Amino acid sequence: MSPSLTPLIAVLLPLAGAPLVALLDKRPNLREAATLITGIGLLAVVISLVPEVLAGARPQIHLLEILPGLNLSLHVEPLGMLFAVIAASLWIVTSIYAIGYMRGHHEENQTRFFFFFAVAIAAAMGVAFAGNLLTLFVFYEILTLSTYPLVTHHRTPEAMRGGRIYMGILLSTSIAFLLFAIIWTWSLTGTVDFKTDGILAGKTDTTTITILLVLFAFGTGKAALMPLHRWLPAAMVAPTPVSALLHAVAVVKAGVFTIVKVTVYIFGLDLLHDTGASSWLVYLSGTTIIVASLVALTKNNLKARLAYSTISQLSYIILGAALANDLGKIGGSLHIATHAFGKITLFFCAGAILVATHKSEISDMKGIGRQMPLTMFAFLIGSLSIIGLPPFAGAWSKWYLILGAIEAQHYFAVAVLALSSLLNIAYLLPIVANAFFASTADEEHGGIEEAPLACVIPLLFTAACCLALFLYPDPWLDLVRHIGVF
Amino acid sequence: MEAHLPVLLIVVPLLAAPLCVLLRHRTLTWILALLAAWTVLGMSVVVLLRVLDTGFISYALGGWAAPWGIELRIDVVNAYVLVLVALIGATVLLYAPASIAAEIPREQHYLFYTAYLLSFTGLLGITATGDAFNLFVFLEISSISSYALISLGRDRRALMASYQYLIMGTIGATFILIGVGLLYMMTGTLNMADLAVRLGPVLHTRTALVAFAFLGVGMSLKLALFPLHAWLPNAYCYAPSVVTAFLAATATKVSIYVFLRFVFTIFGADFAFAQMHLQTIIVPLSLIAIFITSSVAIFQTNIKRMLAYSSLAQIGYIMLGIGLVSETGLTAAIVHLFNHALMKGALFLALGGVALRLGSVELEDMRGLGKRMPATSFAFVLGGLSLIGVPLTVGFISKWYLVLAALEQGWWPLAALVLLGSLLAFIYIWRVVEVLYFQPPPTDAPRNEAPLSMQIPMWLLLAAVVYFGASASLTAGIARKAAILLLGGAL
Repeated sequence: MSPSLTPLIAVLLPLAGAPLVALLDKRPNLREAATLITGIGLLAVVISLVPEVLAGARPQIHLLEILPGLNLSLHVEPLGMLFAVIAASLWIVTSIYAIGYMRGHHEENQTRFFFFFAVAIAAAMGVAFAGNLLTLFVFYEILTLSTYPLVTHHRTPEAMRGGRIYMGILLSTSIAFLLFAIIWTWSLTGTVDFKTDGILAGKTDTTTITILLVLFAFGTGKAALMPLHRWLPAAMVAPTPVSALLHAVAVVKAGVFTIVKVTVYIFGLDLLHDTGASSWLVYLSGTTIIVASLVALTKNNLKARLAYSTISQLSYIILGAALANDLGKIGGSLHIATHAFGKITLFFCAGAILVATHKSEISDMKGIGRQMPLTMFAFLIGSLSIIGLPPFAGAWSKWYLILGAIEAQHYFAVAVLALSSLLNIAYLLPIVANAFFASTADEEHGGIEEAPLACVIPLLFTAACCLALFLYPDPWLDLVRHIGVF
Repeated sequence: MEAHLPVLLIVVPLLAAPLCVLLRHRTLTWILALLAAWTVLGMSVVVLLRVLDTGFISYALGGWAAPWGIELRIDVVNAYVLVLVALIGATVLLYAPASIAAEIPREQHYLFYTAYLLSFTGLLGITATGDAFNLFVFLEISSISSYALISLGRDRRALMASYQYLIMGTIGATFILIGVGLLYMMTGTLNMADLAVRLGPVLHTRTALVAFAFLGVGMSLKLALFPLHAWLPNAYCYAPSVVTAFLAATATKVSIYVFLRFVFTIFGADFAFAQMHLQTIIVPLSLIAIFITSSVAIFQTNIKRMLAYSSLAQIGYIMLGIGLVSETGLTAAIVHLFNHALMKGALFLALGGVALRLGSVELEDMRGLGKRMPATSFAFVLGGLSLIGVPLTVGFISKWYLVLAALEQGWWPLAALVLLGSLLAFIYIWRVVEVLYFQPPPTDAPRNEAPLSMQIPMWLLLAAVVYFGASASLTAGIARKAAILLLGGAL
């Protein structure tokens, strides 16, 4: 196959946008224009790859040879394509939102913010298109490093503490476990490339495979599998757009994406299915789903509740991969997309509430629906999608996940999925109900007072996407069905 | 001319040193030293290329044939170390004038360059020679001149540190001399290649065993293997910045080369590891070195001292690779020898800039340095990332080989420990990063970057850190050749 520059451009474009943002430090309007133009360009580049990939092409490019046989290379396949499309499209939406939020909230150091925002999306593209484990690891680490200044944006002692937990967990797990697993894979197979049906089959015994899967699962700290989930709530000290894009979409999805990618292209679903090496992961991710939902119930801070909800939802995806069958794979991968749109809507709403009313605690949000009807309506749609009710996107992924669980005859997983939906209702819908129906504590705000338009439009857009994704799931399903073939 | 390259490598700096004393002029001596060092670098690269091509070069000093005369014998192993020493020596000299202007009295500058060239000569000589006694002579030349270099430090404690190093270093050198003497007693030869052949039949004798023990302890002292490391932190901490950068990147590395040479070439891996079970000593000591010294580094407030402790940990990694006695393990050790010299050299050069501008390398004085010295701070972060072993830096390549070597032996807990060691490095580096970037600078602090003459050498080394981290086939390839040669036994 001839080398293709397109995936490389997708990584380099935002990397080129970042210094441009820095140069336009003194001229905020131009600076924001640079961000948006980069975003639109990036989305165009990414979308242009989709038809090719659907037609079976796998554009690839070798960047450099680190050691003999050990390359940095980009190689596009359907799962990475899916992740790239989601990240690139939501990046634009989030950028618009961030402009409104950062200005509306009078944040300082906005240039630094937009600079690292661009670096982070470049890293996410690199993760999506990585052609082997090493490349994935490199971009995974760049993603961690580039989001650290975003998490600690406020530079308060609290932000520093959050940042330390964030970096500490993500970096230490990746070095101690993920890198270990990668070198081990290399020493067993002599390659770290992603391949159809994996590379580990026939290379080693079941015990080693299980240990390797443990290392990969815990090494990918970004997937927030319990007990390595603590960084996610800690990272909520970041400004809301960061929480929205990174901690609902790019960073956490890079984590679960890594796990799905490794199970499909390194282990191979057949190998995991035949050896049963992933059944422990079904139980652990199931437990994470339930426990994180229960913790979410106890949180009064809206962002904290959403953070625990994210932890729980991420494990859906891990669960899908751990089921080691096609339906689980489809459900898990699809959930990367559906959860992204649902959860980013919820985070956008949380940020909009903060900008408009400076409220962050759920108990203070009674009656807020009368003040911010559009925002809370979007919140309702996002919630319903997360819960998995038709006619919203989340219904599709849960449908396939349950089918996968039934096919694998993992009734524990079926029960977890059912119970979890109920818990989702319990921790999300009361917020909406109280917002619209409870009487307000103080009646000083009579009229409608929404957040700035730049905040409201993105959240309405993503809410609309939740609906659109339910009505027109075919493009996504097409991509997802092709996963597994390199 | 080209045939005489091996000896010119040593003679050029050796003759330049007394010339410096005659010249006395600060700038002229610097230019002379610089010329000598860069000439040596050029010659060492030519020698390395020749050796890669032909296998080894043997040079009979004064035309006296080995084993009677002194032989310089350069194969891939020491050619690689020669290039390293020359590279660091030449780069650091570029940096010297601006740095020592603030740290050493002006009238002593020519003495500094003299001592520096002598130390440089000694290190090159140790590496190039094929004669065990000659090695001792060069060892003394480099050691004595480095004691002088360390004592030049501005802080009065430099004298104490130098004295401490002198005592420990002399004990080490004496042990090595006793070992060499015993070997001579048993074999009647001092030529290394000859020793390797003649030692075989007498290896079982108690004298040979005692020689091995003396040499082992002596070399461990010189290379600062835990627990014989006590001299190093003070010496690195109180020496002038330039001296620290130079010694940290070369002196211990050359000592490790000597260790490799004696253990693998002269005694042979079979004797040292199968018979003497050297592995059961080296591997635990290296692990203890990695974990204890890294932990100590976390609690240092003087960053120079912190990096000194980090060096001890890195020596642990190198010795661990040696202790694995496999092709991959030795490759890891030798490539890390090179890589660590690059990154630690760069880090100490960055700190030299800090010392120049702040007059201190205490952590609390470095608050907000990211604003005051952005380039130097960024350089420190980059070097630090390499110490941690982040991909696309040389540190990653070293870790990769070391973990791979441990896994090859089936010692996966050891592989895990190596990676855990990286986490300790992460902690002590990140402590500094937080202070550099997340604490406000003192209000009256202007932006004051290190002068260009100090930044260029630092960035040269960092460029190498990134280049050889992104494309390591060259460095790792040579290291693998060296490893194969060492395990093959024959010189």
